[in-house]
Amino acid sequence: MAEASYPEDLLYHPEHDWARIDAADPAVATLGITWYAQDSLGEVVFFDLPAVGASVSKDASYAEVESVKAVSDVIAPLSGEIVEVNEALADDPQKINEDPYGEGWLVKVRIADPAEREQLMDARAYAATLGG
Amino acid sequence: MLAAIGVSSVQEIFERQIPEGVRLGRELDLPQGLSEQEVFAHLSQLAARNVSAEDELSFLGAGMYDHYVPALIDMLMERSEFLTPYTPYQPEISQGGLQVMFEYQTAISELTGLPVSNASTYEGPSAVAAAAYLAKLHNSKRRLVISAGLHPHTIETLRTLAHGYGMEVVLVALTSGSAGGVTDPDAWAGAIDDDTSAAIFAQPNFYGAVEDAAALSAAAKDAGEPVVVAQVDPITLGILQPPGACGVDVAVGEGQPLGNRLDFGGPSFGFFAAREEYLRRMPGRIAGETVDVDGRRGFVLTLQTREQHIRREKATSNICTAQALNALAGVVYLAWLGRRGIVELGELLLSRTHYAREQLAALAGVEKLHEQPVVREFALRLDADVAAVRGRCLAQGVNPGVDVHALSGRDEDRGVLLVAITERRSRADIDRLAEVLQAAVASERQAVPA
Repeated sequence: MAEASYPEDLLYHPEHDWARIDAADPAVATLGITWYAQDSLGEVVFFDLPAVGASVSKDASYAEVESVKAVSDVIAPLSGEIVEVNEALADDPQKINEDPYGEGWLVKVRIADPAEREQLMDARAYAATLGG
Repeated sequence: MLAAIGVSSVQEIFERQIPEGVRLGRELDLPQGLSEQEVFAHLSQLAARNVSAEDELSFLGAGMYDHYVPALIDMLMERSEFLTPYTPYQPEISQGGLQVMFEYQTAISELTGLPVSNASTYEGPSAVAAAAYLAKLHNSKRRLVISAGLHPHTIETLRTLAHGYGMEVVLVALTSGSAGGVTDPDAWAGAIDDDTSAAIFAQPNFYGAVEDAAALSAAAKDAGEPVVVAQVDPITLGILQPPGACGVDVAVGEGQPLGNRLDFGGPSFGFFAAREEYLRRMPGRIAGETVDVDGRRGFVLTLQTREQHIRREKATSNICTAQALNALAGVVYLAWLGRRGIVELGELLLSRTHYAREQLAALAGVEKLHEQPVVREFALRLDADVAAVRGRCLAQGVNPGVDVHALSGRDEDRGVLLVAITERRSRADIDRLAEVLQAAVASERQAVPA
Protein backbone atom coordinates (compact mmCIF):
# COMPACT_ATOMS: atom_id res chain seq x y z
CA MET A 1 0.00 0.00 0.00
CA ALA A 2 1.79 3.09 -1.25
CA GLU A 3 -0.12 5.83 0.55
CA ALA A 4 -0.31 6.24 4.30
CA SER A 5 -3.79 5.49 5.56
CA TYR A 6 -5.41 5.13 8.96
CA PRO A 7 -9.04 3.96 8.62
CA GLU A 8 -11.55 5.76 10.80
CA ASP A 9 -13.32 2.63 12.00
CA LEU A 10 -10.29 1.19 13.82
CA LEU A 11 -8.82 1.65 17.29
CA TYR A 12 -5.08 2.31 17.51
CA HIS A 13 -2.28 1.49 19.96
CA PRO A 14 0.76 3.83 20.17
CA GLU A 15 3.05 0.91 19.26
CA HIS A 16 1.55 0.96 15.77
CA ASP A 17 -1.07 -1.76 16.12
CA TRP A 18 -4.76 -1.61 15.30
CA ALA A 19 -7.90 -3.39 16.47
CA ARG A 20 -11.15 -3.78 14.54
CA ILE A 21 -14.33 -4.61 16.41
CA ASP A 22 -17.38 -5.40 14.31
CA ALA A 23 -20.74 -4.39 15.71
CA ALA A 24 -21.98 -7.76 14.47
CA ASP A 25 -19.67 -9.63 16.93
CA PRO A 26 -18.26 -7.20 19.50
CA ALA A 27 -16.72 -10.00 21.58
CA VAL A 28 -14.06 -10.64 18.95
CA ALA A 29 -11.41 -8.15 17.76
CA THR A 30 -9.27 -8.43 14.63
CA LEU A 31 -5.68 -7.21 15.18
CA GLY A 32 -2.93 -6.05 12.85
CA ILE A 33 -0.14 -3.53 12.35
CA THR A 34 -0.57 -0.06 10.90
CA TRP A 35 0.60 1.40 7.60
CA TYR A 36 3.37 3.21 9.48
CA ALA A 37 4.66 -0.05 11.00
CA GLN A 38 4.81 -1.95 7.72
CA ASP A 39 6.41 1.01 5.98
CA SER A 40 9.14 1.24 8.64
CA LEU A 41 9.84 -2.47 8.49
CA GLY A 42 10.15 -2.71 4.77
CA GLU A 43 9.33 -5.86 2.87
CA VAL A 44 7.93 -8.42 5.29
CA VAL A 45 9.43 -11.85 4.64
CA PHE A 46 8.14 -13.88 7.55
CA PHE A 47 5.37 -13.85 10.14
CA ASP A 48 5.51 -16.56 12.78
CA LEU A 49 1.86 -17.37 13.40
CA PRO A 50 1.04 -17.65 17.12
CA ALA A 51 -1.03 -20.59 18.31
CA VAL A 52 -4.82 -20.53 18.46
CA GLY A 53 -5.73 -20.64 22.13
CA ALA A 54 -2.74 -18.60 23.23
CA SER A 55 -3.55 -15.61 25.37
CA VAL A 56 -2.44 -12.09 24.58
CA SER A 57 -2.02 -9.21 27.03
CA LYS A 58 -2.58 -5.58 26.23
CA ASP A 59 0.74 -3.74 25.73
CA ALA A 60 2.68 -6.99 25.57
CA SER A 61 4.23 -8.66 22.54
CA TYR A 62 2.34 -11.62 21.12
CA ALA A 63 4.23 -12.25 17.86
CA GLU A 64 7.09 -11.07 15.67
CA VAL A 65 7.19 -9.68 12.15
CA GLU A 66 10.40 -10.14 10.16
CA SER A 67 11.66 -8.11 7.29
CA VAL A 68 14.95 -8.73 5.53
CA LYS A 69 17.06 -6.82 8.03
CA ALA A 70 14.86 -6.39 11.09
CA VAL A 71 12.57 -8.14 13.52
CA SER A 72 9.81 -6.28 15.26
CA ASP A 73 7.59 -7.26 18.19
CA VAL A 74 3.87 -7.01 17.54
CA ILE A 75 2.11 -5.45 20.52
CA ALA A 76 -1.41 -6.46 21.51
CA PRO A 77 -3.74 -3.47 21.75
CA LEU A 78 -6.22 -5.54 23.77
CA SER A 79 -6.05 -8.59 26.04
CA GLY A 80 -7.76 -11.82 25.12
CA GLU A 81 -7.50 -15.32 23.69
CA ILE A 82 -6.52 -15.99 20.11
CA VAL A 83 -9.41 -17.67 18.27
CA GLU A 84 -8.12 -17.46 14.72
CA VAL A 85 -4.84 -16.72 12.92
CA ASN A 86 -4.34 -15.58 9.32
CA GLU A 87 -2.94 -18.77 7.81
CA ALA A 88 -2.50 -17.08 4.40
CA LEU A 89 0.44 -15.12 5.85
CA ALA A 90 2.52 -18.31 6.15
CA ASP A 91 2.92 -18.42 2.37
CA ASP A 92 2.41 -14.75 1.58
CA PRO A 93 3.62 -12.51 4.40
CA GLN A 94 3.77 -9.55 1.98
CA LYS A 95 0.04 -9.11 2.41
CA ILE A 96 1.01 -7.25 5.56
CA ASN A 97 2.67 -4.60 3.37
CA GLU A 98 0.12 -4.64 0.56
CA ASP A 99 -3.06 -4.57 2.65
CA PRO A 100 -2.23 -4.05 6.34
CA TYR A 101 -5.86 -3.46 7.36
CA GLY A 102 -7.52 -6.06 5.12
CA GLU A 103 -5.84 -9.25 3.92
CA GLY A 104 -2.85 -8.46 6.11
CA TRP A 105 -4.77 -8.99 9.37
CA LEU A 106 -2.76 -11.04 11.88
CA VAL A 107 -5.02 -12.63 14.50
CA LYS A 108 -8.52 -12.52 15.93
CA VAL A 109 -8.96 -12.53 19.69
CA ARG A 110 -11.87 -13.01 22.04
CA ILE A 111 -11.67 -9.81 24.11
CA ALA A 112 -11.05 -10.36 27.82
CA ASP A 113 -11.83 -6.84 29.06
CA PRO A 114 -13.95 -4.53 26.87
CA ALA A 115 -13.01 -1.59 29.10
CA GLU A 116 -9.49 -1.67 27.64
CA ARG A 117 -10.92 -0.20 24.43
CA GLU A 118 -11.21 3.15 26.17
CA GLN A 119 -7.42 3.37 26.36
CA LEU A 120 -6.90 3.15 22.61
CA MET A 121 -6.77 6.07 20.18
CA ASP A 122 -8.92 6.93 17.21
CA ALA A 123 -7.39 7.39 13.75
CA ARG A 124 -6.86 11.12 14.12
CA ALA A 125 -5.14 10.86 17.51
CA TYR A 126 -2.90 8.08 16.24
CA ALA A 127 -1.96 9.95 13.07
CA ALA A 128 -1.07 12.93 15.24
CA THR A 129 1.50 10.86 17.14
CA LEU A 130 3.25 10.22 13.83
CA GLY A 131 3.21 13.82 12.63
CA GLY A 132 5.79 15.39 14.93
CA MET B 1 48.25 13.53 18.67
CA LEU B 2 49.08 14.47 22.25
CA ALA B 3 49.12 18.10 21.17
CA ALA B 4 45.77 17.65 19.42
CA ILE B 5 44.09 16.55 22.66
CA GLY B 6 45.96 19.06 24.80
CA VAL B 7 48.05 16.63 26.83
CA SER B 8 51.81 16.86 27.36
CA SER B 9 52.60 13.13 27.63
CA VAL B 10 51.08 9.67 27.68
CA GLN B 11 51.88 9.50 31.37
CA GLU B 12 49.72 12.55 31.89
CA ILE B 13 46.72 10.74 30.34
CA PHE B 14 47.04 7.97 32.89
CA GLU B 15 47.49 10.42 35.73
CA ARG B 16 44.42 12.37 34.72
CA GLN B 17 42.20 9.31 34.16
CA ILE B 18 43.22 6.80 36.81
CA PRO B 19 42.77 7.76 40.46
CA GLU B 20 46.05 7.85 42.38
CA GLY B 21 44.79 5.35 44.93
CA VAL B 22 44.56 2.58 42.35
CA ARG B 23 47.69 3.36 40.38
CA LEU B 24 50.50 0.81 40.74
CA GLY B 25 53.20 3.44 41.03
CA ARG B 26 56.07 1.34 39.75
CA GLU B 27 57.23 -0.53 36.67
CA LEU B 28 55.64 -3.91 35.97
CA ASP B 29 57.73 -6.83 37.20
CA LEU B 30 58.48 -8.35 33.81
CA PRO B 31 61.68 -10.10 32.69
CA GLN B 32 63.98 -8.37 30.25
CA GLY B 33 62.95 -8.40 26.61
CA LEU B 34 64.59 -11.01 24.42
CA SER B 35 65.77 -10.80 20.84
CA GLU B 36 63.74 -12.56 18.16
CA GLN B 37 66.40 -15.29 17.96
CA GLU B 38 66.25 -15.87 21.72
CA VAL B 39 62.46 -15.97 21.68
CA PHE B 40 62.52 -18.52 18.87
CA ALA B 41 64.95 -20.72 20.81
CA HIS B 42 62.84 -20.48 23.95
CA LEU B 43 59.60 -21.36 22.16
CA SER B 44 61.32 -24.23 20.35
CA GLN B 45 62.36 -25.63 23.70
CA LEU B 46 58.81 -25.41 24.99
CA ALA B 47 57.39 -26.99 21.83
CA ALA B 48 59.87 -29.85 22.09
CA ARG B 49 58.15 -30.93 25.29
CA ASN B 50 55.12 -31.90 23.22
CA VAL B 51 54.75 -35.18 21.42
CA SER B 52 52.82 -34.78 18.20
CA ALA B 53 51.13 -37.34 16.00
CA GLU B 54 54.23 -37.08 13.78
CA ASP B 55 56.54 -38.14 16.62
CA GLU B 56 54.87 -41.39 17.57
CA LEU B 57 52.69 -44.08 16.03
CA SER B 58 49.33 -42.78 17.23
CA PHE B 59 46.02 -44.58 17.63
CA LEU B 60 44.42 -41.71 19.52
CA GLY B 61 40.84 -40.75 18.66
CA ALA B 62 37.77 -40.05 20.79
CA GLY B 63 36.42 -37.24 18.64
CA MET B 64 39.44 -35.98 16.71
CA TYR B 65 41.49 -38.11 14.31
CA ASP B 66 44.88 -38.13 12.61
CA HIS B 67 43.77 -38.17 8.98
CA TYR B 68 46.01 -37.16 6.12
CA VAL B 69 45.71 -33.50 5.19
CA PRO B 70 46.79 -32.99 1.57
CA ALA B 71 49.14 -30.11 0.70
CA LEU B 72 46.38 -28.66 -1.49
CA ILE B 73 44.53 -27.57 1.64
CA ASP B 74 47.40 -25.57 3.09
CA MET B 75 48.02 -24.01 -0.29
CA LEU B 76 44.44 -22.75 -0.53
CA MET B 77 43.95 -21.88 3.14
CA GLU B 78 47.12 -19.80 3.19
CA ARG B 79 45.98 -17.61 0.32
CA SER B 80 45.78 -14.20 1.92
CA GLU B 81 42.28 -13.66 0.52
CA PHE B 82 41.10 -16.45 2.81
CA LEU B 83 43.64 -16.30 5.61
CA THR B 84 43.76 -12.63 6.51
CA PRO B 85 40.24 -11.15 6.48
CA TYR B 86 38.10 -11.05 9.56
CA THR B 87 34.39 -11.85 9.42
CA PRO B 88 33.10 -9.52 6.70
CA TYR B 89 30.60 -6.96 7.95
CA GLN B 90 29.51 -6.10 4.46
CA PRO B 91 29.37 -9.71 3.40
CA GLU B 92 28.12 -9.13 -0.14
CA ILE B 93 31.47 -7.54 -0.97
CA SER B 94 33.14 -10.88 -0.20
CA GLN B 95 31.60 -12.93 -2.97
CA GLY B 96 34.45 -15.45 -2.92
CA GLY B 97 34.02 -16.07 0.81
CA LEU B 98 30.25 -16.41 0.47
CA GLN B 99 30.63 -18.79 -2.45
CA VAL B 100 32.93 -21.00 -0.35
CA MET B 101 30.28 -21.05 2.38
CA PHE B 102 27.60 -21.93 -0.16
CA GLU B 103 29.67 -24.79 -1.60
CA TYR B 104 30.44 -25.98 1.92
CA GLN B 105 26.75 -25.93 2.87
CA THR B 106 25.91 -27.87 -0.28
CA ALA B 107 28.52 -30.51 0.51
CA ILE B 108 27.28 -30.94 4.08
CA SER B 109 23.70 -31.17 2.84
CA GLU B 110 24.61 -33.90 0.40
CA LEU B 111 26.67 -35.82 2.95
CA THR B 112 23.99 -35.75 5.64
CA GLY B 113 20.99 -36.15 3.35
CA LEU B 114 19.32 -33.11 4.93
CA PRO B 115 18.16 -30.14 2.85
CA VAL B 116 19.56 -27.20 4.82
CA SER B 117 22.95 -26.52 6.35
CA ASN B 118 24.58 -23.52 7.97
CA ALA B 119 28.03 -22.17 7.15
CA SER B 120 29.57 -24.10 10.09
CA THR B 121 29.61 -23.79 13.87
CA TYR B 122 32.39 -23.53 16.42
CA GLU B 123 32.98 -27.30 16.93
CA GLY B 124 31.17 -30.57 17.55
CA PRO B 125 29.88 -30.67 21.14
CA SER B 126 28.57 -27.10 21.08
CA ALA B 127 26.79 -27.90 17.79
CA VAL B 128 24.94 -30.66 19.66
CA ALA B 129 24.01 -28.17 22.39
CA ALA B 130 22.86 -25.75 19.67
CA ALA B 131 20.63 -28.50 18.29
CA ALA B 132 19.13 -28.97 21.75
CA TYR B 133 18.52 -25.22 21.89
CA LEU B 134 16.86 -25.38 18.47
CA ALA B 135 14.55 -28.08 19.82
CA LYS B 136 13.71 -25.92 22.84
CA LEU B 137 12.88 -22.95 20.58
CA HIS B 138 10.82 -25.18 18.35
CA ASN B 139 8.65 -26.95 20.90
CA SER B 140 9.26 -25.25 24.30
CA LYS B 141 9.44 -28.65 25.96
CA ARG B 142 11.58 -29.44 28.99
CA ARG B 143 13.27 -32.80 28.69
CA LEU B 144 16.38 -33.81 26.79
CA VAL B 145 16.70 -37.56 26.34
CA ILE B 146 20.28 -38.39 25.46
CA SER B 147 22.18 -41.60 24.77
CA ALA B 148 25.10 -42.58 26.98
CA GLY B 149 26.84 -43.30 23.68
CA LEU B 150 27.46 -39.59 23.17
CA HIS B 151 30.99 -38.31 23.75
CA PRO B 152 31.49 -37.38 27.43
CA HIS B 153 32.33 -33.81 26.40
CA THR B 154 29.06 -33.60 24.48
CA ILE B 155 27.13 -34.88 27.49
CA GLU B 156 28.82 -32.30 29.70
CA THR B 157 28.03 -29.51 27.21
CA LEU B 158 24.39 -30.58 27.04
CA ARG B 159 24.16 -30.58 30.83
CA THR B 160 25.55 -27.04 30.90
CA LEU B 161 22.97 -25.86 28.37
CA ALA B 162 20.15 -27.67 30.16
CA HIS B 163 21.13 -26.17 33.50
CA GLY B 164 20.95 -22.67 32.07
CA TYR B 165 17.46 -23.23 30.68
CA GLY B 166 16.01 -25.36 33.44
CA MET B 167 15.76 -28.38 31.18
CA GLU B 168 15.99 -31.93 32.49
CA VAL B 169 18.62 -34.27 31.04
CA VAL B 170 17.75 -37.97 30.96
CA LEU B 171 20.67 -40.27 30.15
CA VAL B 172 19.77 -43.55 28.43
CA ALA B 173 22.28 -46.35 29.08
CA LEU B 174 23.89 -48.58 26.50
CA THR B 175 23.02 -52.27 26.33
CA SER B 176 25.24 -54.75 28.10
CA GLY B 177 26.00 -58.42 27.62
CA SER B 178 26.44 -60.13 24.27
CA ALA B 179 24.36 -57.54 22.39
CA GLY B 180 25.96 -54.75 24.37
CA GLY B 181 27.47 -51.48 23.29
CA VAL B 182 24.59 -49.58 21.70
CA THR B 183 21.76 -47.37 22.99
CA ASP B 184 19.27 -49.60 24.83
CA PRO B 185 16.19 -49.44 22.57
CA ASP B 186 13.67 -50.20 25.34
CA ALA B 187 15.15 -47.68 27.75
CA TRP B 188 15.29 -45.14 24.91
CA ALA B 189 11.63 -45.56 23.98
CA GLY B 190 10.65 -45.63 27.64
CA ALA B 191 12.45 -42.39 28.43
CA ILE B 192 10.84 -40.35 25.64
CA ASP B 193 7.45 -38.77 26.33
CA ASP B 194 5.29 -35.82 25.28
CA ASP B 195 7.45 -33.43 27.23
CA THR B 196 10.64 -34.50 25.48
CA SER B 197 12.13 -31.64 23.49
CA ALA B 198 14.94 -33.55 21.79
CA ALA B 199 16.22 -37.12 21.56
CA ILE B 200 19.97 -37.17 20.93
CA PHE B 201 22.39 -39.97 20.03
CA ALA B 202 25.81 -40.42 18.41
CA GLN B 203 26.64 -42.28 15.21
CA PRO B 204 28.99 -44.13 15.55
CA ASN B 205 28.85 -43.90 19.31
CA PHE B 206 31.71 -42.98 21.61
CA TYR B 207 32.83 -46.62 21.94
CA GLY B 208 32.95 -46.97 18.15
CA ALA B 209 29.74 -48.97 17.72
CA VAL B 210 27.38 -48.36 14.81
CA GLU B 211 23.91 -47.56 16.15
CA ASP B 212 20.63 -48.46 14.44
CA ALA B 213 19.86 -44.83 13.67
CA ALA B 214 16.65 -45.52 11.77
CA ALA B 215 15.23 -47.58 14.65
CA LEU B 216 16.20 -44.97 17.25
CA SER B 217 14.57 -42.19 15.20
CA ALA B 218 11.41 -44.18 14.59
CA ALA B 219 11.11 -45.19 18.24
CA ALA B 220 11.54 -41.57 19.30
CA LYS B 221 8.76 -40.39 16.98
CA ASP B 222 6.49 -43.17 18.25
CA ALA B 223 7.01 -42.26 21.89
CA GLY B 224 6.59 -38.51 21.53
CA GLU B 225 7.37 -35.66 19.16
CA PRO B 226 10.96 -34.80 20.00
CA VAL B 227 13.39 -33.28 17.56
CA VAL B 228 15.67 -36.22 16.71
CA VAL B 229 19.31 -35.14 16.77
CA ALA B 230 22.31 -37.24 15.74
CA GLN B 231 25.94 -36.31 16.33
CA VAL B 232 27.70 -38.00 13.43
CA ASP B 233 31.33 -38.59 12.45
CA PRO B 234 31.54 -37.01 8.98
CA ILE B 235 34.22 -39.40 7.72
CA THR B 236 31.82 -42.32 8.15
CA LEU B 237 29.17 -40.74 5.93
CA GLY B 238 30.76 -42.33 2.89
CA ILE B 239 29.60 -45.75 4.03
CA LEU B 240 26.93 -45.31 6.69
CA GLN B 241 23.34 -44.39 5.82
CA PRO B 242 23.03 -40.60 5.82
CA PRO B 243 21.16 -39.26 8.87
CA GLY B 244 18.49 -37.69 6.64
CA ALA B 245 17.56 -41.14 5.34
CA CYS B 246 17.28 -42.48 8.90
CA GLY B 247 14.57 -40.15 10.16
CA VAL B 248 17.01 -37.79 11.87
CA ASP B 249 15.80 -34.17 12.01
CA VAL B 250 19.09 -32.44 12.83
CA ALA B 251 22.55 -33.84 12.09
CA VAL B 252 25.54 -32.17 13.68
CA GLY B 253 29.12 -33.11 14.39
CA GLU B 254 32.78 -32.37 14.70
CA GLY B 255 34.28 -31.40 11.34
CA GLN B 256 37.95 -31.86 12.25
CA PRO B 257 38.37 -35.19 10.41
CA LEU B 258 37.64 -33.29 7.20
CA GLY B 259 40.87 -31.63 6.18
CA ASN B 260 41.90 -30.26 9.59
CA ARG B 261 44.89 -31.41 11.58
CA LEU B 262 44.81 -32.33 15.25
CA ASP B 263 46.79 -29.22 16.26
CA PHE B 264 46.17 -28.73 19.98
CA GLY B 265 42.65 -30.12 19.79
CA GLY B 266 41.55 -27.12 17.76
CA PRO B 267 40.67 -24.83 16.18
CA SER B 268 38.21 -26.88 14.16
CA PHE B 269 34.64 -26.48 13.00
CA GLY B 270 31.30 -28.10 13.59
CA PHE B 271 28.63 -28.78 11.00
CA PHE B 272 24.88 -28.38 11.37
CA ALA B 273 22.27 -29.66 8.94
CA ALA B 274 18.51 -29.99 9.36
CA ARG B 275 15.11 -30.47 7.78
CA GLU B 276 13.67 -27.37 6.15
CA GLU B 277 11.07 -26.77 8.86
CA TYR B 278 13.86 -25.96 11.36
CA LEU B 279 15.57 -23.43 9.10
CA ARG B 280 14.54 -20.35 11.05
CA ARG B 281 15.68 -21.83 14.37
CA MET B 282 19.14 -22.74 13.11
CA PRO B 283 22.22 -21.04 14.49
CA GLY B 284 25.12 -19.74 12.47
CA ARG B 285 25.51 -17.89 9.21
CA ILE B 286 23.73 -19.15 6.14
CA ALA B 287 24.91 -18.24 2.65
CA GLY B 288 22.22 -17.92 0.02
CA GLU B 289 22.32 -17.88 -3.76
CA THR B 290 20.52 -15.15 -5.68
CA VAL B 291 20.85 -12.90 -8.74
CA ASP B 292 21.96 -9.26 -8.82
CA VAL B 293 20.24 -6.35 -10.61
CA ASP B 294 21.86 -7.50 -13.88
CA GLY B 295 20.65 -11.06 -13.48
CA ARG B 296 24.09 -12.47 -12.64
CA ARG B 297 24.43 -15.18 -10.02
CA GLY B 298 25.65 -13.90 -6.66
CA PHE B 299 25.72 -14.81 -2.97
CA VAL B 300 24.40 -13.19 0.19
CA LEU B 301 24.06 -13.95 3.85
CA THR B 302 20.43 -14.86 4.24
CA LEU B 303 17.97 -15.32 7.09
CA GLN B 304 20.04 -12.90 9.15
CA THR B 305 17.03 -12.24 11.33
CA ARG B 306 18.04 -15.32 13.31
CA GLU B 307 21.31 -13.75 14.30
CA GLN B 308 22.59 -11.68 17.18
CA HIS B 309 23.09 -8.37 15.37
CA ILE B 310 19.34 -8.28 14.78
CA ARG B 311 17.74 -10.42 17.48
CA ARG B 312 20.22 -9.85 20.31
CA GLU B 313 19.34 -12.08 23.24
CA LYS B 314 16.60 -13.76 21.21
CA ALA B 315 19.02 -14.95 18.55
CA THR B 316 19.37 -18.63 17.73
CA SER B 317 22.90 -18.71 19.12
CA ASN B 318 25.16 -16.90 21.61
CA ILE B 319 28.38 -17.91 19.89
CA CYS B 320 30.22 -15.34 17.75
CA THR B 321 33.45 -17.11 16.82
CA ALA B 322 33.64 -17.91 13.14
CA GLN B 323 35.55 -20.97 12.05
CA ALA B 324 35.18 -20.20 8.36
CA LEU B 325 38.82 -20.95 7.58
CA ASN B 326 38.54 -24.43 9.10
CA ALA B 327 35.29 -25.01 7.23
CA LEU B 328 37.11 -23.96 4.03
CA ALA B 329 39.65 -26.71 4.72
CA GLY B 330 36.68 -29.05 5.17
CA VAL B 331 35.06 -28.29 1.83
CA VAL B 332 38.40 -28.38 -0.01
CA TYR B 333 39.02 -31.79 1.55
CA LEU B 334 35.61 -33.07 0.45
CA ALA B 335 36.16 -31.74 -3.08
CA TRP B 336 39.60 -33.38 -3.10
CA LEU B 337 38.18 -36.73 -1.94
CA GLY B 338 35.18 -36.49 -4.20
CA ARG B 339 32.09 -38.68 -4.11
CA ARG B 340 34.04 -41.86 -4.80
CA GLY B 341 36.94 -40.96 -2.58
CA ILE B 342 34.90 -40.64 0.58
CA VAL B 343 33.35 -44.04 -0.07
CA GLU B 344 36.73 -45.63 -0.76
CA LEU B 345 38.14 -44.04 2.37
CA GLY B 346 35.24 -45.37 4.40
CA GLU B 347 35.73 -48.88 3.04
CA LEU B 348 39.45 -48.71 3.79
CA LEU B 349 38.79 -47.59 7.35
CA LEU B 350 36.17 -50.29 7.78
CA SER B 351 38.46 -53.12 6.77
CA ARG B 352 41.53 -51.86 8.64
CA THR B 353 39.52 -51.19 11.78
CA HIS B 354 38.06 -54.66 11.79
CA TYR B 355 41.52 -56.13 11.16
CA ALA B 356 42.93 -54.13 14.06
CA ARG B 357 40.14 -55.16 16.40
CA GLU B 358 40.58 -58.84 15.58
CA GLN B 359 44.36 -58.69 15.97
CA LEU B 360 44.22 -56.91 19.32
CA ALA B 361 41.34 -58.89 20.77
CA ALA B 362 43.35 -62.08 20.11
CA LEU B 363 46.02 -60.90 22.57
CA ALA B 364 46.09 -62.33 26.08
CA GLY B 365 44.48 -59.96 28.56
CA VAL B 366 42.72 -57.97 25.83
CA GLU B 367 39.09 -58.35 24.82
CA LYS B 368 36.53 -56.41 22.79
CA LEU B 369 34.32 -54.18 24.90
CA HIS B 370 31.45 -55.03 22.55
CA GLU B 371 30.77 -57.07 19.40
CA GLN B 372 28.94 -54.33 17.50
CA PRO B 373 30.02 -53.39 13.98
CA VAL B 374 32.59 -50.61 14.00
CA VAL B 375 33.83 -48.27 11.28
CA ARG B 376 36.98 -46.43 12.41
CA GLU B 377 37.32 -46.86 16.15
CA PHE B 378 36.70 -49.54 18.77
CA ALA B 379 36.94 -50.06 22.51
CA LEU B 380 38.90 -52.80 24.23
CA ARG B 381 38.85 -53.96 27.83
CA LEU B 382 42.34 -54.60 29.23
CA ASP B 383 43.09 -56.95 32.10
CA ALA B 384 45.66 -54.48 33.36
CA ASP B 385 45.94 -50.86 34.39
CA VAL B 386 45.36 -48.84 31.23
CA ALA B 387 47.59 -45.93 32.25
CA ALA B 388 50.48 -48.27 33.01
CA VAL B 389 50.01 -50.18 29.76
CA ARG B 390 49.95 -46.90 27.83
CA GLY B 391 53.12 -45.79 29.55
CA ARG B 392 54.96 -48.91 28.40
CA CYS B 393 53.66 -48.49 24.85
CA LEU B 394 54.63 -44.82 24.74
CA ALA B 395 58.15 -45.73 25.76
CA GLN B 396 58.21 -47.84 22.57
CA GLY B 397 57.04 -44.90 20.45
CA VAL B 398 53.49 -46.23 20.12
CA ASN B 399 50.43 -44.42 21.46
CA PRO B 400 47.90 -47.26 21.70
CA GLY B 401 44.79 -45.12 22.17
CA VAL B 402 42.73 -43.18 24.69
CA ASP B 403 42.51 -44.17 28.35
CA VAL B 404 38.75 -43.76 28.53
CA HIS B 405 38.50 -43.58 32.31
CA ALA B 406 41.06 -40.78 32.34
CA LEU B 407 38.86 -38.88 29.88
CA SER B 408 35.45 -39.57 31.35
CA GLY B 409 36.11 -40.19 35.03
CA ARG B 410 33.33 -42.80 34.97
CA ASP B 411 33.83 -45.99 36.96
CA GLU B 412 32.43 -48.19 34.20
CA ASP B 413 35.20 -46.91 31.91
CA ARG B 414 38.02 -48.35 34.05
CA GLY B 415 40.15 -50.71 32.01
CA VAL B 416 38.85 -49.41 28.69
CA LEU B 417 41.15 -48.40 25.85
CA LEU B 418 39.70 -46.64 22.79
CA VAL B 419 41.67 -47.36 19.61
CA ALA B 420 41.23 -45.26 16.45
CA ILE B 421 42.31 -46.24 12.95
CA THR B 422 42.88 -43.76 10.15
CA GLU B 423 44.20 -44.25 6.62
CA ARG B 424 47.61 -43.15 7.97
CA ARG B 425 47.85 -46.33 10.04
CA SER B 426 48.98 -49.11 7.71
CA ARG B 427 48.57 -52.80 8.29
CA ALA B 428 52.22 -52.92 9.35
CA ASP B 429 51.52 -50.12 11.86
CA ILE B 430 48.64 -52.12 13.27
CA ASP B 431 50.83 -55.20 13.57
CA ARG B 432 53.41 -53.08 15.42
CA LEU B 433 50.67 -51.87 17.79
CA ALA B 434 49.66 -55.48 18.46
CA GLU B 435 53.25 -56.44 19.19
CA VAL B 436 53.84 -53.54 21.56
CA LEU B 437 50.47 -53.82 23.27
CA GLN B 438 50.88 -57.52 23.82
CA ALA B 439 54.20 -56.99 25.57
CA ALA B 440 52.88 -54.09 27.63
CA VAL B 441 49.79 -55.94 28.82
CA ALA B 442 51.79 -59.08 29.59
CA SER B 443 54.31 -57.09 31.63
CA GLU B 444 51.59 -55.33 33.61
CA ARG B 445 49.73 -58.58 34.31
CA GLN B 446 52.93 -60.12 35.64
CA ALA B 447 53.77 -57.15 37.80
CA VAL B 448 53.14 -57.85 41.47
CA PRO B 449 50.61 -55.38 42.95
CA ALA B 450 52.14 -53.09 45.59
